Amino acid sequence: MLLEKKLRARLEKNKILLMTHIVLGYPSMAANRQVIAQMVAGGVDCIEMQIPFSEPMADGPVILKANQDSLAAGTKVADCLAFGAEMTARHDIPFLFMTYYNIIFKYGEEKFFKDCRDAGIVGLIVPDLPPEMGENFFKLATEYQIAPVLIFTPTSTDARMAELDKVAAGFIYCVARRGVTGKQSEFGKDFNTYLARCRAATTLPLAVGFGICNRDDVTAITGLADMAVIGSETIRLVDAHGPEAVEPFIAGLR
Amino acid sequence: MKQNGFFGQWGGAYIPEILHQTFAELTIALRQAQNDPNFWQEYLELMSTYSCRPTPLTFAENLTKHFGGAKIYIKREDLNHTGAHKANNVMGQGLLVKRMGKKRVIAETGAGQHGMATATMAAKFGLECTIYMGEVDVLRQRPNVFWMEKMGATVIPVQDGSKTLKDAINEAFRDWVTNVDSTHYVLGTACGPAPFPEMVSWFQSIIGTEARKQILARHGKLPARVYACVGGGSNAMGIFQGFLYSDEVQLVGVEAGGKGLGSGMHASRLCGHDASPGVAQGYKTMFLQNSDGQMRETHSVAAGLDYVGVSPILSDLAEKGRVRFESATDDEVMTALDLTMRMEGIIPALESTHGFVQAFKEAPELSPDDAIIINQSGRGDKDIFTIAHAFNDPSWKEFIIARAKEYS
Repeated sequence: MLLEKKLRARLEKNKILLMTHIVLGYPSMAANRQVIAQMVAGGVDCIEMQIPFSEPMADGPVILKANQDSLAAGTKVADCLAFGAEMTARHDIPFLFMTYYNIIFKYGEEKFFKDCRDAGIVGLIVPDLPPEMGENFFKLATEYQIAPVLIFTPTSTDARMAELDKVAAGFIYCVARRGVTGKQSEFGKDFNTYLARCRAATTLPLAVGFGICNRDDVTAITGLADMAVIGSETIRLVDAHGPEAVEPFIAGLR
Repeated sequence: MKQNGFFGQWGGAYIPEILHQTFAELTIALRQAQNDPNFWQEYLELMSTYSCRPTPLTFAENLTKHFGGAKIYIKREDLNHTGAHKANNVMGQGLLVKRMGKKRVIAETGAGQHGMATATMAAKFGLECTIYMGEVDVLRQRPNVFWMEKMGATVIPVQDGSKTLKDAINEAFRDWVTNVDSTHYVLGTACGPAPFPEMVSWFQSIIGTEARKQILARHGKLPARVYACVGGGSNAMGIFQGFLYSDEVQLVGVEAGGKGLGSGMHASRLCGHDASPGVAQGYKTMFLQNSDGQMRETHSVAAGLDYVGVSPILSDLAEKGRVRFESATDDEVMTALDLTMRMEGIIPALESTHGFVQAFKEAPELSPDDAIIINQSGRGDKDIFTIAHAFNDPSWKEFIIARAKEYS
């Protein structure tokens, strides 16, 4: 799919890619615009934009609060799609949506895929939709050529990884540890074994996320994975120092 | 149950990948227990020695005379150890936890009854225990919080979202994905991802099995109607299963009407027009949500009914027309509670009283040859602060003021 091709092209220039995350409408779409411009200027290779949901089961406190505040400020799904279209037109990097399945289910699966394609979105991350629950979703993903990014975890068996690999596209999101988003991970020997298992299970590029917050973390996974995911850390940064702190932070990661 | 944990089009297991293996193991443990006759024997033994099973079926003679219609029977789940039907599910899951060898349990709780039951089970089985409870519910159900802590559980007030049951469930899932190896999540109702709806309903089926036998012995035939309140739906699933395949028995689920179905302040998912199909908290059911799929605030005087979703099994039974759904408002609940206490000397929980409201509406239209059963899922003394407040009881107020002075 398009997403994998774009990432492979970027991997020609960099040993490790950077993907960042934002929660749409938090603190505002105007701030999202600035933050994304800063991220792109800082050199990110890919951005996942989270459409907020009232019940973000897999997210930790930082992203949970961002979801709630965004919804309290009145963010609508339609606004998020329009914003996505604006970003893909303005910046020449791949953009993904991350959200929970109910958002897509209520919007209408096929309409969601169609509107995502029209908006130039190249991938979707839906953490509460395992392949066995999403027959129609994965069919539509192929039809609309929007990569369904799936997640490997340290609890995934080799057999499970193989199953996931059959339907995944774009890249595999390797969760570094048990738990929710935004907490520190340890990159030890077990972690290297785990990443080696991930690598053996798929030919797709590997992204590593959950708790990456500095240059050392990025260095630790360079050579083992293809892309580092910076999630909660940029939200903390923007909360504390405003959008203009983002570009130097991203630029300093590799 | 169909494949993948669906009941008709409802249910499923929409879970984060990190839990995939745990759910696979849990499902295997459940299947082994279901296929092992010794397991159910052990369960019955435990429930008859540690709790008060079988719970009685009480003939409410005075209420029957008062309404002048069907004979009113009350299934006394309030007489379970810890005071509610929640014990049935929790002790069953406790036996499974022992088989799986896990050392820690977590649970969400709304009214506090499930938290109480889980803390009790953890104390008995020597397990570490953490209970997640919405901050709003912590305030509503202070006595239960006190007892949970006394039994050694850690009670964590959840401050996210609407600070009620659904938020406690989200937080329990967050704990679970972090501590998946050591921990079992004792989900308290017939909701959530498969196999929970099926598993919880299985343990609760003990209510219906007993009630069927008891009513046949007492009344000589099946009841005309069976009433149960519906929050997540576990007590209703429990008693309904005793009569599900007897088509002559009408099954009536009563949801929280709050301030009225037209007020927007209620928790009625299967009656009323505010709910629509959705997928959240790991399963597909009717949710109270807006057109974008964001969950709405719910309201009920009863913390245990104050929930956005409902058992997928009940969504299926509603769709198939096997269970009829009605609602009871907060005000109707207080009136029915008052009547039941004065006429029968029984104090149903605010949750359970919802079932009484609908039974009282319908009893007069039935013949004295008919019997109806109300499932009294829990006892009301846990609600003393809420009930005393709602009745605006002067002597209670004096007591609280005096006690507060003593502490200040």
